[in-house]
Amino acid sequence: MLKVLQARFRQGFRTGKFPAVPPNLPEHFRGRPEITPDRCSDCRSRICLSACPANAVQMAENGVTIDLGRCLFCGKCAAACESGAIRFTGEYRLGAMKRDSLICRPGAMPEPEQAENPELRRLCGRSLKIRQVSVGGCAACELDFNVLNTLAWDMGRFGIQVAASPRHADCLLITGPVTENMLLALKKTYAAVPRPAFVIACGSCAVSGGIYAGSPVVHNGVEDILPVDLYVPGCPPHPAVLLEALLYLMGRKRGPIA
Amino acid sequence: MNNGFLILTNGVSAPVADVPVLPMAPFRQMVLDAVLNGGARVAAFFVLPPENGGESRLIAVLAAPQQHQILVASGVIENNCYPAFTTECPAFHWFEREIYEQTGILPQDHPWLKPIRFQPAADGTAPAPGVTDYFQLQGDAAHEVAVGPVHAGVIEPGHFRFQCLGETVHFLEIELGYQHRGLEQLLLNGPVPQTPHWIETAAGDSSIAAATVYQTLIRGLSPDLPPEPESAGIWRAIMLELERIANHTGDLGALAGDVAFLPTASYCGRIRGDYLNLTAMLCGNRFGRSMWTAGGAALPIPASAAAVLRSKMDELRGQLNNALALMFDTPSVLDRLENTGVVTTADAASLGLVGVAARASGLKMDARHDFPLPGIPVLETVPHEPVGDVFARAVIRRQEIAASDRRIMDLLGLIREDLPAAPSVWQVPVLQPDRIAAAVTEGWRGELWQVAVTDANGKFRRFKIVDPSFHNWAGLAMALRGEEISHFPICNKSFNLSYCGHDL
Repeated sequence: MLKVLQARFRQGFRTGKFPAVPPNLPEHFRGRPEITPDRCSDCRSRICLSACPANAVQMAENGVTIDLGRCLFCGKCAAACESGAIRFTGEYRLGAMKRDSLICRPGAMPEPEQAENPELRRLCGRSLKIRQVSVGGCAACELDFNVLNTLAWDMGRFGIQVAASPRHADCLLITGPVTENMLLALKKTYAAVPRPAFVIACGSCAVSGGIYAGSPVVHNGVEDILPVDLYVPGCPPHPAVLLEALLYLMGRKRGPIA
Repeated sequence: MNNGFLILTNGVSAPVADVPVLPMAPFRQMVLDAVLNGGARVAAFFVLPPENGGESRLIAVLAAPQQHQILVASGVIENNCYPAFTTECPAFHWFEREIYEQTGILPQDHPWLKPIRFQPAADGTAPAPGVTDYFQLQGDAAHEVAVGPVHAGVIEPGHFRFQCLGETVHFLEIELGYQHRGLEQLLLNGPVPQTPHWIETAAGDSSIAAATVYQTLIRGLSPDLPPEPESAGIWRAIMLELERIANHTGDLGALAGDVAFLPTASYCGRIRGDYLNLTAMLCGNRFGRSMWTAGGAALPIPASAAAVLRSKMDELRGQLNNALALMFDTPSVLDRLENTGVVTTADAASLGLVGVAARASGLKMDARHDFPLPGIPVLETVPHEPVGDVFARAVIRRQEIAASDRRIMDLLGLIREDLPAAPSVWQVPVLQPDRIAAAVTEGWRGELWQVAVTDANGKFRRFKIVDPSFHNWAGLAMALRGEEISHFPICNKSFNLSYCGHDL
């Protein structure tokens, strides 16, 4: 018992101060990309399109767009870009309720999406019970969601908890591209959640199928199967990205600028 | 005893025409002899379809750890069937179920021929996941507990059936396949820009191990690639050990949590994240994603990062040792771990277990010792424990945390100069045509194998990933025999196997 108490003092208080202060992100963290219009529109090579492993970079009128719903944040488009038009910024506030908000277009980086949803705030503002369902996830999204439960992030202080049963959940947090073999289980789990049931697509696989899109045994993400209320880009989303997005879903204002 | 095999070393390729082609009977005899009497283990065992008509071949890739060699041979399959190897050697059990499921080629007299992934058959018909004949205990007092695919925690899906008499589990059957994404199919005709990312997400908690093996393999198949700076391999080896420490820390914390010893559970949960943050410090991603490409490192690492990493390691070491000592000094924790979920040395060897589970059951094996990577120091000592219980698996992990810590410190001492970013991180490597190569390293769960065969155009004709979990799920089922059902969580955590790495 004495040893336990000694250890308690030695280990100290470790919970981060987010969202009162910006999250502690690594120096090389790759957040929302920024596309410089002039440099991009003058480019002839379009080498970024073939460099992208996830089909996230697409041609547009005044340059290219990057779909964060597909993006792995690997940075290969920026490395390949000969005109220096693509740069990954430290913007971690990536969660969005509208799919279109995940499309990065050439130009100044927009403010993160702000959606007014008083119903969500009333229902979940102080308590969000999450049932996680992995449907082909590689375990990274699952692990970094689990991290929010550790004392480093302690999502419980915001009233966010993992529910063991879908019957006790407000929402499903779905990871993975939705394998054929999990389709029925996913539908049954969703049916078991009391209404209104919210759906979070966490990670590029769940949003769009990610790099598994097009495989004959996956369903290219959640979108065609369940109505999605929150998209969280990343491969996997950094815990700060996911927590900020969850708080946004609960009706809080967006997190501080990193 | 190795006569008759093509002998490869880690990541060195050979013309696929050099793989001996034998009639099935002598092939079977030779492979079984090498495994049962020659100290070799089955690393991969799969069907290579014919390129231009002809017969399919069964390819055996064996690990011969004493000689640090990889043995390859092939046997011709006639009439879509062959006599099963499993009847003589259970380590082939899962491979042969996989072969039957993927190709319809029948291993005759296989004792338990069922799907392992419920993937569509060659004719397009797809079995419903989890719908199969289960082994059942009969009798008035017997009962069956079925769990999953969706579990109560944040974890991947799988279906577990416990055949119980009272509290005692007499048999656990594990049905997987829910995470099947068709990875091996996707990898065919590669490499393409997605390939390294598919490899890294085969089992997302072992991305660095997978990237390391893939690097080794690609270098073997693509001798024209410009050489990497020496520090690339060293930084990769450092990141591999960071991955090991992070995962072992998380698992020991989870074990503590499962026996309701919350201090260690809390501290380890946090400290695991701090080790992941060290990986992110080096490459921007906590799982080391997208860092290693065919050309080298995607991001530069200055030599000065070595000093920063060293000081952060020094800081975390004390905290982690303190958290772990708490758990290992508490009798009520040890009481739950000791003599729980025993896998005997004989069972572990016969099932072909690898990695932490094998070492905890007294088998001395570690790919960093048996199949070292070029330019990386050999792991000198391989810890192993005789008992094979949950406690042994926990102790092995604790020892490996300390060993990985020392190894990182040693490797940091080898860092002399900055690691430049590869000039063309996004380019797809050009591979030699008609070659075969096998590569391996020790991921945190165990040895991770990749075997590639290229076609006449230098594209992957077959790409085989063998995750350590592929071998070890059978070990978990074995550990539960005769246990109380309430011991399942700690048995499961002590293995902590990958669903997606198995399901591919």
